[in-house]
Amino acid sequence: MLNIKLGESKIPCQANESVLDALLKANIQIPYGCQQGVCQSCLMRSLDTTPPVSAQAGLKDTLQKQNYFLACLCHPEQDMTIALPEQQGALLNASVIKKQLLTPEILRLVLQYDAPLTFFAGQFVNLQRFDGLMRSYSIANSPQQDKVLEFHIRRLPNGQFSNWVHDELEHGAQLTLTEAQGSCHYLPGRMEQPLLLIGTGSGLAPLYGIINDALAQGHTGAIHLYHGSRNHDGLYLVDEIRGLTKQFDNFNYTACLSGACIAEQAIEANYAQGRAHDLALNTIQNLKGWRIYLCGHPEMVNQSKRAAYIKGASLSDIYTDAFLVGNHNG
Amino acid sequence: MSETPETKSATLFEQLGGAGAVDAAVDIFYRKVLADYRINRFFDNVDMEKQAAKQKAFLTMAFGGPHNYTGEDMRKGHENLVRMGLDDSHFDAVMEHLGATLQELNVPQALIAQVAAIAESTRNDVLGR
Ligand SMILES: Cc1cc2nc3c(=O)[nH]c(=O)nc-3n(C[C@H](O)[C@H](O)[C@H](O)COP(=O)(O)OP(=O)(O)OC[C@H]3O[C@@H](n4cnc5c(N)ncnc54)[C@H](O)[C@@H]3O)c2cc1C
Ligand code: HEM
Ligand code: FES
Repeated sequence: MLNIKLGESKIPCQANESVLDALLKANIQIPYGCQQGVCQSCLMRSLDTTPPVSAQAGLKDTLQKQNYFLACLCHPEQDMTIALPEQQGALLNASVIKKQLLTPEILRLVLQYDAPLTFFAGQFVNLQRFDGLMRSYSIANSPQQDKVLEFHIRRLPNGQFSNWVHDELEHGAQLTLTEAQGSCHYLPGRMEQPLLLIGTGSGLAPLYGIINDALAQGHTGAIHLYHGSRNHDGLYLVDEIRGLTKQFDNFNYTACLSGACIAEQAIEANYAQGRAHDLALNTIQNLKGWRIYLCGHPEMVNQSKRAAYIKGASLSDIYTDAFLVGNHNG
Repeated sequence: MSETPETKSATLFEQLGGAGAVDAAVDIFYRKVLADYRINRFFDNVDMEKQAAKQKAFLTMAFGGPHNYTGEDMRKGHENLVRMGLDDSHFDAVMEHLGATLQELNVPQALIAQVAAIAESTRNDVLGR
């Protein structure tokens, strides 16, 4: 058994535990989210030893050099003295300017910020509540808009952050957010490349941003969006997106319902039947040369990534955002 | 250099085209493996980027390129798979995809045979016998 030193406390860390596990077991409050090395909200710094390389996966070179690491990925190889990062780099203040229900479960949250922030539509930021609770959300608007960020936040049963946003966060209230991260965004350059975007639930958020960005930048290749939900009331922004298909010849949209019993309204509304990724991947036979975006349910993202690759897409052309949900009480 | 490509001193790895050939082959090979229902269960639940990098290591080795794997490493590396039931039939399937990949890349038959011989020589280690 090894020991972790944080300030005055000495915390035991068992062989199979990560630093995050050990700190949580000792009831030490630190920010964390996905517990899988993606959101970087559990960033910490080692004050003595060099952290294991695997605990620095995905961190910027500059942070790696300063011995920063991700607590959820860090299985210490020796005793460590660690510290919480000093006021985590650039934390930005933002205030709530709009809350609107898009579906019974998904809320559109629009924040206004004042300091400079560079981002691409489709990247994510970590939002932080006054008490430090932090979660990742994808940016649904493109940077062409002025100093606002839009998010689509799905209410999870007993979810701490999502329920707070839905029920308690008020107009004008302040939040802090970290800089934008992630590589799931539009890249100008290969304007004629066909794009396939598949999202489930609030996985539409980054895709909606990416599509608006691509269209605003004059993408000429075909763009195919498949958005899936179990029930028809889980599909949202349908009219706006159908509007885009009328405006842009190269843009196609398929709204998909996977639920067993499909209401008459749904059939009338012209939704496709089946899971979004099944429909997309059965319709398009060859994905060689395509660029692919997969966002939402982690299962869907993994299955589709593999299927798209088998159908000819190259791994470097597949961008994913799995909405990993941490296990916050287990 | 004035030597012709047929020169006897060129290694198998060089004749195949070196690291560039491995890059070209890995894309085709890994796709075939994942699409094959007989063996793709062994490739479940692993990070695809990491997995592709491991297939690259596999191909470099089979192409006679530089590597540091010992027979013991091959044993250890496939130990879990043997526990999952890895046997000769799966090994044969991988050999099949290796040959088909090289054919698709128009590699001459004589070189394909040499690659197959190297891969074949690891059979007992890979299957933990
Ligand atoms: C890169 C990235 C991007 C993301 N983008 C988005 C996005 O755009 N939109 C979006 O809606 N989400 C997104 N997410 C997910 C988001 O970050 C949160 O994980 C999600 O909102 C849940 O947070 P929460 O605090 O509400 O739930 P948590 O409190 O973290 O709970 C998570 C789940 O655990 C369950 N749970 C809680 N307590 C227990 C218990 N005692 N026993 C068993 N289960 C329990 C809850 O019911 C809930 O389902 C993203 C995630 C990542 C990693
Ligand atoms: C033909 C002879 C084979 C050779 C020379 C070979 C070689 C290799 C090499 C070099 C690695 C990378 C090891 C590492 O760096 O960790 C590897 C990993 C792997 N091989 Fe093979 N292999 C062979 C056959 C097979 C077969 C028949 C299967 C299954 C059908 C298989 C499945 C795998 C898997 C799943 C991994 C990754 C394991 C992990 O993620 O740790 N291999 N192999
Ligand atoms: S990166 Fe550690 S909790 Fe998300």
